[in-house]
Amino acid sequence: MAVATRMILRAAALAGLMFAAAAVPALAATEAMEPPEQHWSFEGIFGRFDKAAAQRGLQVYTEVCAACHSLKYVHYRDLRALGYNEEQVAAYAAQFEVEDGPDGNGEMYTRPAEGRDPFVSPYPNDKAAAAANGVAPPDLSLMYKARENGANYMYGLLVGYVDAPEEVEMTPGTYYNLYFPGHAIAMPQTLFDGGVEYEHGPEATKEQLAHDVVTFLAWAAEPKLEHRKATGVAAILFLLVLTGLLYATKRKVWADAH
Amino acid sequence: MSTSTGSNVVKWIDHRLPIFTFANHSLVVYPTPRNLSYWWNFGSLAGIVLVIQIVTGIVLAMHYTPHADLAFGSVEYIMRDVNYGWLLRYVHANGASAFFVVVYIHIFRGLYYGSYKSPREVLWGLGVIILLLMMATAFMGYVLPWGQMSFWGATVITNLFSAIPGIGETIVQWLWGGFAVGNPTLKRFFSLHYLLPFVIVGVVMLHLWALHQHGSNNPLGIDRKGPQDSLPFHPYYTVKDMFGVGVFMIVFLAVVFFAPNYLGHPDNYTPANPLVTPPHIVPEWYFLPFYAILRAVPDKLGGVVLMFAAVVVLFLLPILDTSKVRSAKFRPIYKQVYWLLVIDALVLGWVGANPPEGAFILIGRLATAYYFLHFLVLMPLIGRFEKPRPLPASISEPVLKGGESTATAKGDA
Repeated sequence: MAVATRMILRAAALAGLMFAAAAVPALAATEAMEPPEQHWSFEGIFGRFDKAAAQRGLQVYTEVCAACHSLKYVHYRDLRALGYNEEQVAAYAAQFEVEDGPDGNGEMYTRPAEGRDPFVSPYPNDKAAAAANGVAPPDLSLMYKARENGANYMYGLLVGYVDAPEEVEMTPGTYYNLYFPGHAIAMPQTLFDGGVEYEHGPEATKEQLAHDVVTFLAWAAEPKLEHRKATGVAAILFLLVLTGLLYATKRKVWADAH
Repeated sequence: MSTSTGSNVVKWIDHRLPIFTFANHSLVVYPTPRNLSYWWNFGSLAGIVLVIQIVTGIVLAMHYTPHADLAFGSVEYIMRDVNYGWLLRYVHANGASAFFVVVYIHIFRGLYYGSYKSPREVLWGLGVIILLLMMATAFMGYVLPWGQMSFWGATVITNLFSAIPGIGETIVQWLWGGFAVGNPTLKRFFSLHYLLPFVIVGVVMLHLWALHQHGSNNPLGIDRKGPQDSLPFHPYYTVKDMFGVGVFMIVFLAVVFFAPNYLGHPDNYTPANPLVTPPHIVPEWYFLPFYAILRAVPDKLGGVVLMFAAVVVLFLLPILDTSKVRSAKFRPIYKQVYWLLVIDALVLGWVGANPPEGAFILIGRLATAYYFLHFLVLMPLIGRFEKPRPLPASISEPVLKGGESTATAKGDA
């Protein structure tokens, strides 16, 4: 299994820190195919989110995914990190209604959402979501981190709908997907060429839509990624210098002891 | 700071509470074998990681909510809204792994150089107690984010206690605070996860006390004969330890900043759901060898007993190892068997990461059998029949110069 293989690699990598690296045989393939490798702007030590792609991804999420999937750990104000200003954030949030209260009379009321609110969920609770869809569509806030090889997996899933092979009998309400474990997924294909109209930017092929929404969802799951990596580069550079100085000091101190 | 040059205030305090004399004695002039290798850095490294875990943990606890309905969200709150909360949590989560890396190396160093032998048996036993406390602490800490792996890991591990005949079920319900893993379980685990690190600090102090009674063992495994064999701890080993800390921090922070979820399991970013079991429930990497031993036995109680025995057997090493020579450097047969044990531990980890099916069952059983064979059979026998190489006369005097060694040690020292 891919999961197990990774666990072995982890254990071996750690042991290999100080001990001889152990040879790890690759294990047999899983049922689902490995998703295709995509290039992602946010990968690597100097990775940054492609803001234009993430903004288009927000549009895809809003027009397509948000019909069923919540994003409850992300707040509207967080969108400023994608390059929107206060007014744009307020205008975006105001499209959605939230329940608030109780007011002075003890009554609950609804008001337009504001920057301080988390993304409004499409269903009031999981039961309602399950009743409408058969299975409750999962929250997408952390999906990038909640799946092995998250970005490629989500991309593969979104573009991986094909007709089921003849010998496969699909239960009603499931769809054949190349990259979903077991292949039978309850979510129908949602992204089609031109399914979302981009004002600017590239042609809205389904691959482009998938790429953009995955960029947005990766940001949603790991909004501190840029800060983290930038801090990391500075910290490691500092430590390299410090450790070099410590080594020189150690040599000098020990010079008379050998 | 030496007491002779200390200020009057220092003298005044030291006369009433000799804390400066104590610090000087155990951190400054403390005589340390002059031949320690970098493998001896891992003790102080473990202490530093413990401090990192406690400091980050205390701050995380200020923002975390130990409640089954709120815990997962509070961790996301830490990750997104608390200033540098993402850094605190990633350091703490990866710090647990770093702690085990450092401590496992520390233990295997002790195994190679015979650091458990007289007069350091109690020092070694205290170390094994620290390992057990670390395991309990790490296990309970992993439950706190209340993700899928938290919940199901807690379910699997607490259920082990049901194997105890007669009172097993009662014990498990007592651990849970109910009839399944739930909110009471989470809250007691949080409480104990906060408590146990301070118990570890206490045992670490005893560990250091026992260490300082006879001082560090060394790569040659022979006792110090005089002052020419020692160096004062400061500045020689303070600077060497600090250099080690620098190297460690580079590796550790590279993981924290660039691959913070590499050692975690993706399923733990899905909130705990008692109705959905993950396809594979795997513990964190540092438990995998023990997990493999647990599953090597077809009988539940037998597996649990063997898993705990795998740690408890370490207490008995001073008795099981019959060789009078400490360092594997001078033990031609033990040295090879030692590396077989290292490989065996890695194989157990590999088996533990895989589902118990097909060849993994057989490999897991063989590796488990070999693990106990090493400690219970090979160690006592090798100590008896192995002919050690001649030991050097002293630490400061190289082996070659002496020509004839004073202690040939055929087990008759």
